[in-house]
Amino acid sequence: MAMEQLLELLQDDAKLTTAQLAVMLGEKEEDVAAAIKRYEKDGVIKGYQALVNWERTDAHRATALIELRVTPKKDTGFDEIAGRVMNFPEVESVYLMSGGYDLAVTVTGRTMSDIAMFVAKRLATIDGVLSTATHFVLTKYKDGGVIFASDYEEIDERGSNLCD
Amino acid sequence: MIDYSKYLNREIQVVKPSGIRKFFDIANEMEDVISLSVGEPDFHTPWHIREAGIESLEKGRTRYTPNRGFLPLRQEIANFLSRHYDVEYHPDQEILVTVGGSEAIDLCVRSLINPGDEVLIPEPSFVCYVPITQMAEGVPVTIETKPENGFRLTAQEVEEKITEKTKLLILPYPNNPTGAVMRREDLEAIARVVEEHDLLVLSDEIYAALTYGKEKHVSFASLPGMKERTILVNGFSKAYSMTGWRLGYAAGPKEIIGPMTKLHQFAIMSAPTTSQYAAIEALKNGDEDIEYMRGQYDMRRRLIVDGLNKMGLRCFEPEGAFYVFPSVKSTGLTSQDFCEKLLYGKHVAVVPGDAFGACGEGFVRISYSYSVGHITEALERIQAFLEEL
Repeated sequence: MAMEQLLELLQDDAKLTTAQLAVMLGEKEEDVAAAIKRYEKDGVIKGYQALVNWERTDAHRATALIELRVTPKKDTGFDEIAGRVMNFPEVESVYLMSGGYDLAVTVTGRTMSDIAMFVAKRLATIDGVLSTATHFVLTKYKDGGVIFASDYEEIDERGSNLCD
Repeated sequence: MIDYSKYLNREIQVVKPSGIRKFFDIANEMEDVISLSVGEPDFHTPWHIREAGIESLEKGRTRYTPNRGFLPLRQEIANFLSRHYDVEYHPDQEILVTVGGSEAIDLCVRSLINPGDEVLIPEPSFVCYVPITQMAEGVPVTIETKPENGFRLTAQEVEEKITEKTKLLILPYPNNPTGAVMRREDLEAIARVVEEHDLLVLSDEIYAALTYGKEKHVSFASLPGMKERTILVNGFSKAYSMTGWRLGYAAGPKEIIGPMTKLHQFAIMSAPTTSQYAAIEALKNGDEDIEYMRGQYDMRRRLIVDGLNKMGLRCFEPEGAFYVFPSVKSTGLTSQDFCEKLLYGKHVAVVPGDAFGACGEGFVRISYSYSVGHITEALERIQAFLEEL
């Protein structure tokens, strides 16, 4: 089976049923279901989430990207500090980066000051963290491969050409 | 009160408006309509191609181009045709850049046809061939293709319609609305008939890039001896999702492209400049875009064919373009009735098959140029519609 294609389809739209996926890929439904099970078991597929544009809701939500410069530990390198950082539920993602800083951390909270406090109290104080720089997200133009900005949203304007 | 009909050209008064129109008009008035009716890609033009157009505007490239189109564009078209379809054209004399494939079709017919000349037009097919022939005072001679042949055109069907007045055969494959494609052996048989009866061929290959399955698209011009008898029409609309840019081209013998260029330069002058800059980028760096979109269409094609067959609307497997053409005969309804009831009952718009020729009666055209979610919802509504019949 074209495994890569199956993963790409699911990454694009996790709501596709195994029956639909099977037809689209020209495979048997039970084979697709088994492949997905295996991916879930092996941790290739880590979960299924909705892509929410919170800006369109009344909910209060702020997001920040935090650059952490850290001192790697002798035996565990960056892993130990990354582990301490990512265990906070406020932390959405943690990446080890090349370049001017070490860990890129995204944090969500109700307000910007919540996030600022979280960084000051929880992240900056971790042993081995040398410095933090907090950048607040002002607006989300695109996320997860999907455009959020309303000016660029998909509008189907077709259907006015009366010939084709 | 002026009687305008005495001023209007005879032929234009006879030409029927497109049969697709009626359903669009109704559908546009309704809310919550799910349409599977359009004949254009849902993808946006790939960004790098749009950027090339934008960049040309920023640099102030806003003037006419040569009548035939920019030479670098014609060069890239020649490369593209050679790379994908094994046909070699001289960019200087044998290629003309037009305002969409449609203009190329019009130019070709008007440059060739004298009053009374017969033009063979397979049906069901795209709605423009008959009216364009009529306007040139040619005689459209339609050929019914049959579902049992997968709507392929057979050499025998062509031969039966040939008279001493026959001049031109139109070959619209991959086909809108049936999705049929021609295999090499089908085309070879037709080539023999064309040779024997000394005909020319207008091969409308606008959907060539959207050919599915193992067999690649075969260009009629690539068959031995056929390049000199073929006017090959293609364009950017379907392959690169560039419908609004209005850009196509014709390739053929310089003795025909020359007169077509004459007509083009008086009627149109030159194709849009911005579009030509974008098209150069498309041809140079767009092969991957074609592959991506083709892959997406292919998955939707399987989804919709499977769905329709499961609910009892039999369709043969389309191998090109982005249409399926299922039979609705099992419902006992005519194409028009089926489409009207489906539209009013379930707010799903599809196009009656007879809009593409009388032999399309009993079929409907369903486009899968839509997202999977959209197709899925439409299929559910069609299923519900059938259950309530």
